[in-house]
Amino acid sequence: MKELNNPELLQAGDSCLVVQFGDTIDLAVNGSVQGLRRALEQEKPLGLVEMVPTYCSLAVYFDPTRTDRETLAARIEELAQGLSVAGTEGGDVLTVPVLYGGEEGPDLQAVADHNGLTAEEVVRRHSGRDYYCYMLGFTPGFPYLGGMDESIATPRLAKPRTRIPAGSVGIAGKQTGIYPIDSPGGWQLIGRTPLRLFDPTACEPFLADAGLWIRFKPISRSDFEALARDVASGTFQAERTPRREEQQ
Amino acid sequence: MRLQIEQGGLLTTIQDLGRWGYLGRGMPVAGAMDPQALRLGNVLVGNNPNDAALEITLMGPRLVVADGEGLIALAGTDLGLTVNGHSAPAWEAHYLSAGDVIAFRGPKGRGCRSYLCLSGGIDVPPIMGSRSTYLRATLGGLDGRVLKAGDVLETGKTRLIRAGQGFFCPRELRPPRDGDAPLRVLLGPQDKAFTASGIETFLQSNYVITGEADRMGYRLDGPLIEHAGEADIISDAIPPGSIQVPGEGKPICMLADGQTTGGYTKIAVLITTDRGTLAQRMPGESVRFSAVTYDEAVHSARIEARAVEALLERRSAYRSRPRRSAPARGNWQVVVDGVAYDVRWEEIRP
Repeated sequence: MKELNNPELLQAGDSCLVVQFGDTIDLAVNGSVQGLRRALEQEKPLGLVEMVPTYCSLAVYFDPTRTDRETLAARIEELAQGLSVAGTEGGDVLTVPVLYGGEEGPDLQAVADHNGLTAEEVVRRHSGRDYYCYMLGFTPGFPYLGGMDESIATPRLAKPRTRIPAGSVGIAGKQTGIYPIDSPGGWQLIGRTPLRLFDPTACEPFLADAGLWIRFKPISRSDFEALARDVASGTFQAERTPRREEQQ
Repeated sequence: MRLQIEQGGLLTTIQDLGRWGYLGRGMPVAGAMDPQALRLGNVLVGNNPNDAALEITLMGPRLVVADGEGLIALAGTDLGLTVNGHSAPAWEAHYLSAGDVIAFRGPKGRGCRSYLCLSGGIDVPPIMGSRSTYLRATLGGLDGRVLKAGDVLETGKTRLIRAGQGFFCPRELRPPRDGDAPLRVLLGPQDKAFTASGIETFLQSNYVITGEADRMGYRLDGPLIEHAGEADIISDAIPPGSIQVPGEGKPICMLADGQTTGGYTKIAVLITTDRGTLAQRMPGESVRFSAVTYDEAVHSARIEARAVEALLERRSAYRSRPRRSAPARGNWQVVVDGVAYDVRWEEIRP
């Protein structure tokens, strides 16, 4: 694990340093990305603007007229060396209720057929494990989730849909994800959550974050409608629990 | 001031300096494509550099002052601003009141984007700390979309300083956007993914801006850039100004609305000040790139910051001369030996 404490610093323009911890999609590598992000969030070095955590690197944006890049780089290297390899197991779990199938998940049966399973079995396998959110990107609030059961992997639609409603949960190859905003797309849709992953008017506009775990929980149509009402009226509180404690 | 939009123009959006703080959540910065022009334009009308203005693309809108009075200034490319049918110079503050009509005759030279700054700034609700329009998520600005006929804009509260009329930005403080100097880049973060000859191709060739050029980014056409190995990487951050080279070998330069993460190798990143330079170039024009040092990039950023400071200093020292056509009375605040006086004046003989 030594290399995880000795990242490579890459120049990404005059206002960004990319701190590269590895070149694999791997929980240990991403654990270092998250560890450095937390350390910098706590320390807030002069000139730090913001950070973009991704699979194996942390992009650190800074204001070059307010800080000296050499000083910032030296501090990043020190912080990286001091990181304990805490991994990613300690992250919180966000429960995402999903109404599977029906008009919310028009491709559930196709995913089942493709894999020789029943629709119920696809739901059981999709909701039966926690997914790690490596990063957000692609559209505002879109979580890149890792860890899907490969027995439900299904290729993208041959013909993408022109509009997929926000909250749709889909499968594309070995990936699963949630659409935060209405957008076109080719994912196989297996269900939909009433939660809003992205609400620009909320004081915390994003539900998901890199380093968080996500657990899909099957719900009934009446639950879906009740939750959708709570979300619309602003009374809904997302369920977020520490992962490590609950496993003890 | 309240303004009624009579024609929206080709692509007119409300922009400030962008929505910072959410890149890590996948939210592009958006904001002005030529931020320095916006900063200077705002200073011309007495605003903060970050206030929201109209970003105008090639063909400007047509607006009528429905109510109130204020200053306007056009900063960036000269798109042929007119007030009541008469040419009104860019880079200068003009005083407007109810009934005045703002229109555009079209670009006078090179360049395609300009900022119509209004005293008080455009008053739309900030979304996530910014008034910038991000079209792809229909968010910010006016309902997240381009302006169209029938829209109404309000400006924020301002101490109207009519004395600011005629205040202008001297040429030496304006960003140099119309030259043919190469666009300056810093190599990396994935310059090692290219062969030496690939880097040489990138730095020695002309690249033509294709028709796929918008606020998200510009696709360029020209000699193919050779990768050393894989053309794709595990998705990582895309800083604004990044020059991606997908497997086909042609560069794509990411700009204000560009996505925050992606999986193409990035050969180089434009220096911050030169993003505005590229944003003023149009499809069909060709560009070249030259690699510079980090210190040169920071030096260029400091020059821009000093230009804004210099214009702010000139503004605080500026007093317009009353013009014959103007009503011959006014109020000035005068400070003598640290004491402020309200002075009411009236012209007694023309």
